[in-house]
Amino acid sequence: MISPDWMVGPPFLPLVAATLAFLLRGRAVVWVCLATAVLTPVAVGGVVLLTLRDGPVGYAFGGWDAPLGIELYADGLSAFMLVMTAVVGLAVSVYAAAYYAAPKRAQDGRSFWLLWMFLWGALNALFLSADIFNLYVALELLGLSAAALITLAGTLSSVTAGMRYLLVSLLGSLAYLLAVALLFGAFGALDIQTLEERISPGPAAWTAVALMVTGLALKTGLFPLHFWLPPAYAGSPIPVTALLSGLTAKASFYLVVRLWFGPFSDILAPVAGQLLGLLGAVGIVWGSVLALRQRRLKPLLAYSSVSQIGYLFLLFSLATTAGWGFDAWSGGIYQALSHACAKAAMFMAVGTIIGSIGHDDIERMDGIGQHLPLTIGTLGVGGVTLMGLPPSGGFTAKWLLLTAAVESGQWWLAVVILAGGLLAAGYLFRFLGPALLNMPAGKISRSTPGVMELTAFGLALVSLSLGLTSGPLLELLRVGAPFPASVIAGAP
Amino acid sequence: MNAVTLYLLSGVGIVLVCLYGLFVHGHLVRKILALNILGSGVFMLLTALARRSGGPDPDPVPHAMVLTGIVVAVSATAFALALARRVHEQTDRPYLPEDDPEDA
Repeated sequence: MISPDWMVGPPFLPLVAATLAFLLRGRAVVWVCLATAVLTPVAVGGVVLLTLRDGPVGYAFGGWDAPLGIELYADGLSAFMLVMTAVVGLAVSVYAAAYYAAPKRAQDGRSFWLLWMFLWGALNALFLSADIFNLYVALELLGLSAAALITLAGTLSSVTAGMRYLLVSLLGSLAYLLAVALLFGAFGALDIQTLEERISPGPAAWTAVALMVTGLALKTGLFPLHFWLPPAYAGSPIPVTALLSGLTAKASFYLVVRLWFGPFSDILAPVAGQLLGLLGAVGIVWGSVLALRQRRLKPLLAYSSVSQIGYLFLLFSLATTAGWGFDAWSGGIYQALSHACAKAAMFMAVGTIIGSIGHDDIERMDGIGQHLPLTIGTLGVGGVTLMGLPPSGGFTAKWLLLTAAVESGQWWLAVVILAGGLLAAGYLFRFLGPALLNMPAGKISRSTPGVMELTAFGLALVSLSLGLTSGPLLELLRVGAPFPASVIAGAP
Repeated sequence: MNAVTLYLLSGVGIVLVCLYGLFVHGHLVRKILALNILGSGVFMLLTALARRSGGPDPDPVPHAMVLTGIVVAVSATAFALALARRVHEQTDRPYLPEDDPEDA
């Protein structure tokens, strides 16, 4: 029943919805987009079953083969990223339906849905693209819709943050496009598989690697290229912050992983991976230290994202073809999923707090746990993943990375992984402590719809339970993983 | 040095000049222009590569890429200029706060 045609669904359903949203008015926009938010995960489910049944699958769009046609390709990694996007996307859609139902935000609502559907389509297209030029187009669509989403509130801080993000994003994708030109010029191939067969070490290949990785690291917000990230996250409307931290940062990271362990795997010296791992490690500490110094909750969580993004890049240092390679690789990718669910849930909870007490000033949050138990619970449960405590998905991810760090003898990375957890505990208890233990300072005037609180809590519970459901998800990642069979089988 | 090499080198040159412009100038319109022309430098590189394969006809694939790239560049530049106008409307200055020479 499930044929490769299902692969068309994830990128195209949201794009169709975005186009429809242009033509419709009022509540119809919300209903179309909510229906898409349910249908897209169904299509993603189809792709997951397809890859589990048939292994990596390709799909020539409209019957046109490469190099002229647009080829889609799905393996375990693609399907895994699609699942991440579907889970976070569905939750954010439900949350946003309630968030933009408020009369004062109704104006922005239509733009949000339209741009969010474009963003979702771009993300899914990115995860399913098999050639480096289509990836560029998806990357640009992603960057443009994300920049527009950041400016949605129209305030000075959001417009400047969006402007900065747009410049950064365009620079990143042009660096990427320049690398595409170099690779095509030197090896005459655009699709990833052919490129992997033809690529050979040399100045063209190395320049392309440097351009692509730098451009994508800039878009992800890897230390020291994270300068645009805190203002962008802090200046955006809450549903947008949840999408940025949960999904867009992971998309450019995914692309680095896809290229690094695909076409670039044979031409890179281990020291290149260690450099990315080092930047990740510095990012973990630097982001946490700055998170400790924030006075408001939204910037605190934004700096926490700088730190958690650092964990993702540790895999480049650890995932070699040695026995622990698959552990490290899947650990880093599992961290992307866990962090996406946890951080999106936490930002949504901050939205509830701002909606209830009118600010996110940490000093003035005494005792709000009594009024908003579910929301503070969300921040606590999400925090378990950030700290990497069992049974959360963050624990599984960091455990896999930690094991690889110890087995590969890179002890200092193991120390950073553990220190990052302690620092996370430090910045989380700065607001969780007063919110739970102190006496309430005053009455809470406004309230937010219960569905917003429940959605955030549900997503936080998903991030918590990811530690218990890691078996089938890691099984999915094994499909077409870029490691020798012996390494993949050796994983627990 | 043949024509193709000249075009290739010019493309790289344009990219480098634009990178310099992007980092040195704070004015938003200059930054946006730098990015726009940087894109054209990359397109020039691609167009030149189409000829390098030899044979009487140029390779159509890079041309298709450049056409797509131009569409992307037009929309990106239009959006960036619109945003720059919004920044100017709200601050009366065509700069991002951290790049504004008068604030520093």
